[in-house]
Amino acid sequence: MNILNVWKFKGGVHPPTKKMAKDSKIENAVVSKHFYIFLAQNSGNPPKPIVAAGDEVKTGQKIAEADGFVSVPLHSPVTGKVVEIKKEKHPVTGRPADLMVIEKTREDEWTKLDPVKPYTDYSADEIKKRVLDAGIVGLGGATFPTHVKLAPSKKVDTIILNGAECEPYLTIDDRMMIENSEEICKGGVAIAKAVGAQKIFVGIEENKDKAIEAMKKAGAPLGIEVVVLPAKYPQGSEKHLIFAITKKEVPSGGLPMDVGVVVDNVSTARAIYRALQYGEPLIERGLTITGEGVKTPKNVIARIGTPISDLLALSSPLEEELRVIMGGPMTGIAVENIDTGISKGTSGITVLTKDIVEKPAETNCIRCYRCVEACPTNLEPYLLYKQFKKKMFNEMKETHLMDCIECGSCAYVCPANIDHVKAFKTAKLVVRTLGRR
Amino acid sequence: MKLTLGPAPHIHDRVSTRRIMIDVLIALTPAAVLSVLMWGWYMLLIELGSMALAEFLEFFVMRILRKKKEFVPDLSAAVTGLLLAFNVPAGITWWTMAVGVMVAIIVGKEIFGGIGNNPFNPALVGRLFMYISFPVAMITWPEVKFLHFWTPAYDIATTATPLGEAKLHGVAAASQLFHGLSWTSFLGIIPGSAGETSALLLIIGFLYLWWRKIVSYEIPVAYIGTTFVISALFWLANPSAYYDPVTSIMVGGLMLGALFMATDPVTSPVTPRGKWIFGIGAGVITVLIRYVGAYPEGVNFAILLMNALVPFINQFTKRKVFGTVRSNG
Repeated sequence: MNILNVWKFKGGVHPPTKKMAKDSKIENAVVSKHFYIFLAQNSGNPPKPIVAAGDEVKTGQKIAEADGFVSVPLHSPVTGKVVEIKKEKHPVTGRPADLMVIEKTREDEWTKLDPVKPYTDYSADEIKKRVLDAGIVGLGGATFPTHVKLAPSKKVDTIILNGAECEPYLTIDDRMMIENSEEICKGGVAIAKAVGAQKIFVGIEENKDKAIEAMKKAGAPLGIEVVVLPAKYPQGSEKHLIFAITKKEVPSGGLPMDVGVVVDNVSTARAIYRALQYGEPLIERGLTITGEGVKTPKNVIARIGTPISDLLALSSPLEEELRVIMGGPMTGIAVENIDTGISKGTSGITVLTKDIVEKPAETNCIRCYRCVEACPTNLEPYLLYKQFKKKMFNEMKETHLMDCIECGSCAYVCPANIDHVKAFKTAKLVVRTLGRR
Repeated sequence: MKLTLGPAPHIHDRVSTRRIMIDVLIALTPAAVLSVLMWGWYMLLIELGSMALAEFLEFFVMRILRKKKEFVPDLSAAVTGLLLAFNVPAGITWWTMAVGVMVAIIVGKEIFGGIGNNPFNPALVGRLFMYISFPVAMITWPEVKFLHFWTPAYDIATTATPLGEAKLHGVAAASQLFHGLSWTSFLGIIPGSAGETSALLLIIGFLYLWWRKIVSYEIPVAYIGTTFVISALFWLANPSAYYDPVTSIMVGGLMLGALFMATDPVTSPVTPRGKWIFGIGAGVITVLIRYVGAYPEGVNFAILLMNALVPFINQFTKRKVFGTVRSNG
């Protein structure tokens, strides 16, 4: 495998990959009784509900509609009835948000998107419309509405499908590529058609032999080129993936389209294909249930809104104090309520034991330069943190706070156990709020 | 199910400040063993005593005076204590040593707020104080008395050092006194400060730290390389008046300073370019003090002077942030 043609970014870290579920075939999770769906599923505006408590809903039926351009509709994951819409603490923002509870009453009766035809028969505009109607967002975890990416204001010539999956523990993209390589590649072709791009790459880390093989086989007839990437965290970061494959640096504060690229996760590409070919809205996603805290790590397809507790039960969690993380261990969010439902952005449920997550209290920074060396964006995390402690938010902005991708490499290596990312997220909020005034 | 919460990232590479300090102590062990082989039990006492006193002082300041309940000793004070013991003649009186350790820890480190906040290398602050306050004791060097473990170092006859002799009577006289100087100083069987003599053992210790990814090579390479080049220029201009460049980098405190003192993360620059500038600057100052200044050795002053410049060096050696165009050279 040739990884010599790849542009390596500076920095990054090598946490143990611990891909425990890499050989477990994707299973269909049993459909739960109750579904907990936050209307705020993705970045952008949350959609407005169009059903009320007591309404009957069918699987795939639209239950909330997009509110503005950077917003997508939401569809019912099951056939049943809406129990209630209430305010509950959102696991990501930590603030109260609208939560819809749907109870399954019958087996699936589908409402599909209309019309359904072979995926190659859609025009560029029809593809964009279908992606919006299907409620598709970036499934890698960032959950940015995909139809917005497909309507770039600049000329895009290159599509990159992100199969790097650099987060330790997570294996769902790997399995998706092994088991659904054709659907992913066809989705990639549709994305390229939508934006008028000629070249399609798939970036995969070198440690995923089977996925590389499967994607090469499925991609070759469609003119898709597989690029094997070094296994280094955060190789799957959008900007670093683009750099690895094209040597182009997305300008500070800019978007991939500024360098003529659109990046989509491989699972997103598959969702697009299925929305076109079968008229399926996005009501389910693949995810990995993994970590030292479960006995049987596995990959599953689960409906959006499935309670985390139901998914955990599939993998036999240990009987001890655990940290349950939505996403992977580097960027995922620890949940305080496992009865909350998974969202469109939940790429995994990582369950870690106390001995792994616990670290001693923060001590003084010794400017050991480990964070400087680990930062893939060439920032100086030690300096940003020093400024944060002094509440020097304007200075933080000048030290390129807003370029931080929150990958966690700095905090991972910090011998003083400083939680840089937590501080930087807070600082970004402050800077954005001050900027708005 | 009981849940534990915390911010991302949820995993850590398990390298702590204490772990780093343990590695530094491991790296210094070969040179410490040699010093005890050459100067016996008294040297061992000085080294262990300095480390213990330094740790005690830091604990006392943090826990008792500043009432920081969360303070847990990280062994950085022990590193300072050992480095200071490495920087003095083996026959130093115990109370002189104790004063030096107090100055190093209290004045060099704690008054700034403890680890991470001190602008100057604490061990070098301590040594400078001792050098000025106890000038005779700090240049009274016992002879190398290999494997006489029970002879106290303060009772051993005193002698000159290669750099001191060269300053006093010229290089010709010094070369006569120290036969095969480049080899004896490489191995470390020469008079000098207790832990600075063996280039070989110090390099081995440094390579261990480098392999453990705790230090980077830029500062030592820049510092030793610069000293080599400038010493070579002096030597080429007048071979009878100056040591050859190989001997120049082996003698005195250069190896100890360049490998273990200039590389102190707290008091050195963070970026690779900054580290090169720091090392080159220290090399230039060291040679100028040795050959133009009044003192036989300049490592102590050179590193402290460069320490003072670190904030400026950091300011002017920022790296190009990903996705931006470089704004300063």
